[in-house]
Amino acid sequence: MAHVAQGEPGLRRVIDEDREVDGLGEQELLELYRSMILLRTYDERSVVYHRQGRIGTYAIFWNHEAMQAGAVHALEDGDWIFPSYRESAIGLLRGMPPATVLHWWRGHPAGWWNPADYNVASICVPIATQVPHAAGLAWGKKLKGERACALVFFGDGATSEGAFHEGANFAGVFQAPLVLFCNNNGWAISTPVGAQTHADALVDKAAGYGIPGVRVDGGDVLAVYEATREAVERARGGGGPTFVEAVSYRAAPHATADDPRAYVDLERVEQEKQNECVGRYERYLRRLGILGDDLEATIRNEALEAMRSGIAEAEAEPDADISLLFDHAYANPPASHAAELAELRRILGGDSG
Amino acid sequence: MIEALNDGFHVELARDDSVLVMGEDVGRAGGVFRATAGLQERFGADRCVDTPLAEAGILGTAVGLCMAGWRPVTEMQYDAFSYPCLDQLITHVGRYHWRTRGAMEFPIVVRMPYGGGVRAPELHDDSPETYYVHTPGVKVAIPSTPADAKGLLAAAIRDPDPVVLLEPKLIYRNERSEVPEGDYVVPLGKARVAREGDDVTLVAYGAMVPLCERAADALAGEASVEVLDIRTLKPLDEDSLLASASKTGRVVIVQEAPRVAGFGAELAAVLAEKAILDLRGPVLRVTGYDVPYPYWKIEDAYMPSVERIVDAARKLLAF
Repeated sequence: MAHVAQGEPGLRRVIDEDREVDGLGEQELLELYRSMILLRTYDERSVVYHRQGRIGTYAIFWNHEAMQAGAVHALEDGDWIFPSYRESAIGLLRGMPPATVLHWWRGHPAGWWNPADYNVASICVPIATQVPHAAGLAWGKKLKGERACALVFFGDGATSEGAFHEGANFAGVFQAPLVLFCNNNGWAISTPVGAQTHADALVDKAAGYGIPGVRVDGGDVLAVYEATREAVERARGGGGPTFVEAVSYRAAPHATADDPRAYVDLERVEQEKQNECVGRYERYLRRLGILGDDLEATIRNEALEAMRSGIAEAEAEPDADISLLFDHAYANPPASHAAELAELRRILGGDSG
Repeated sequence: MIEALNDGFHVELARDDSVLVMGEDVGRAGGVFRATAGLQERFGADRCVDTPLAEAGILGTAVGLCMAGWRPVTEMQYDAFSYPCLDQLITHVGRYHWRTRGAMEFPIVVRMPYGGGVRAPELHDDSPETYYVHTPGVKVAIPSTPADAKGLLAAAIRDPDPVVLLEPKLIYRNERSEVPEGDYVVPLGKARVAREGDDVTLVAYGAMVPLCERAADALAGEASVEVLDIRTLKPLDEDSLLASASKTGRVVIVQEAPRVAGFGAELAAVLAEKAILDLRGPVLRVTGYDVPYPYWKIEDAYMPSVERIVDAARKLLAF
């Protein structure tokens, strides 16, 4: 029932076919690798931080780095990214400090950023509801004659939601420059993709919106990059949205609060771990002679150092003042808020104002 | 009122070229009630957009349009058809400004015809204001006169926060009065004394305001009745509510929505908290019932009426 990435026919691949992607030189290939290592390190450290009680419940994205880095590298900096919670650290690829994302998982208001600073929308917690936002942004940019496109990440489970359908349909109708990027990792918590749809493949849904679709190996960063770049070029050229289905397998729990042993095929998980996306790319780069032990160690250490200083910075952040309960709930707040805050301060005591 | 809204749209779209109207049948048809008539011809299909039939998609894409620099004015074709958009309203529209720590504004207007008494099929008659008022980050206004419809629409469009504008369809066409020409704004958060009186205050909004005025007429010679038109449900003009309660000491709240936890309950709670010593009797409510809005052959029995309002006022006067 669950999709099997390796060996599954019809998936676009680059690494396993030992192809090269046009336009990607050594520099670009290493930048992609740096991004994957940054994400991998972020994810692995976050699980540790969670176990240490330093961050709250955390949605793991281990083995999704190829999808995330491959897709984002196909964009220009002016293009917008709409993440789901699975892509919570995607802002790192746009220069967002790790501390900001760690704040978010620590439940601190400093974890919210200005989307316009990075062209990265806020992390979307409810499933698929960010899809119409991305369609609206892409359509709105097009109406203004601007160059920007949008890319929205969502999972296989999201394709069952009405919001996915409405967003995809709007994007098709208005020919919005949008990449609908589906991270099909086979599982929505414990529900396999085969229980989400009777369609043979999620990419089949593209036909219903009159838009092109492509199905790639989600563990192959270069295949993801290549397919997304084509989608972005189409969008920028006025060709409207594209559905990209990146097929992978969730080799980690849904989140730190989840124990998947009750429902996943553990053998299949082991198999996926042996062939996880970072290792696959490393072996490719080594075959090409681009990556050696020293460079790998340097890149991994840089990422680790970024995380060490990120968690230190996050933990040094003072507690949020209770005024942040009220701040920014409205651009133009009602008078009652000031009175309520004053009363709360009085009851809580002290003069922290 | 429809002409006033349409006039308001023409003024606001001409005034600010980032204002974009979107919804089902708003363009070519000019809206099923004609509120957006002529906009597409005058401002083009990109400023007055016929969308697919998808309320959550309309409001969801409006969020993205804001991020791209637009001020979207969305139309939900009818009150009860707006419910799919509550998902976006609650999970995103009311929260996104806060999420960006104030960095981005989401000046979205969600407007819709609402309310009963129009002899319509099922689910064309609801009064959903409480769902919207209960959503943090969202403001709610309801006009009861053509001038207020134009002025509150302008205020909603220019406001930096999301505003839901509920338009009482019962009086779309049958309440006629003067409307100021050109640029005209009625600020949010200000109630209006529709009629001055000394003995009892009838508090209402939307189509219940003219009904309360008729009830006031019916009580002429018996009591001097004040009618307070709330106009903006959130932020609420508590000062005007408390001032009127203080003056008359008797308050009847009239709403056509079902009684339980309706907006009238919020008004009554404010009076209980802040006007208790001014009141000479309990705060009474005349409302719809906790039942699905009825088929129209019996809807008159559901809707608040002059008789029910007069009855409540008399109970209070005799208390």
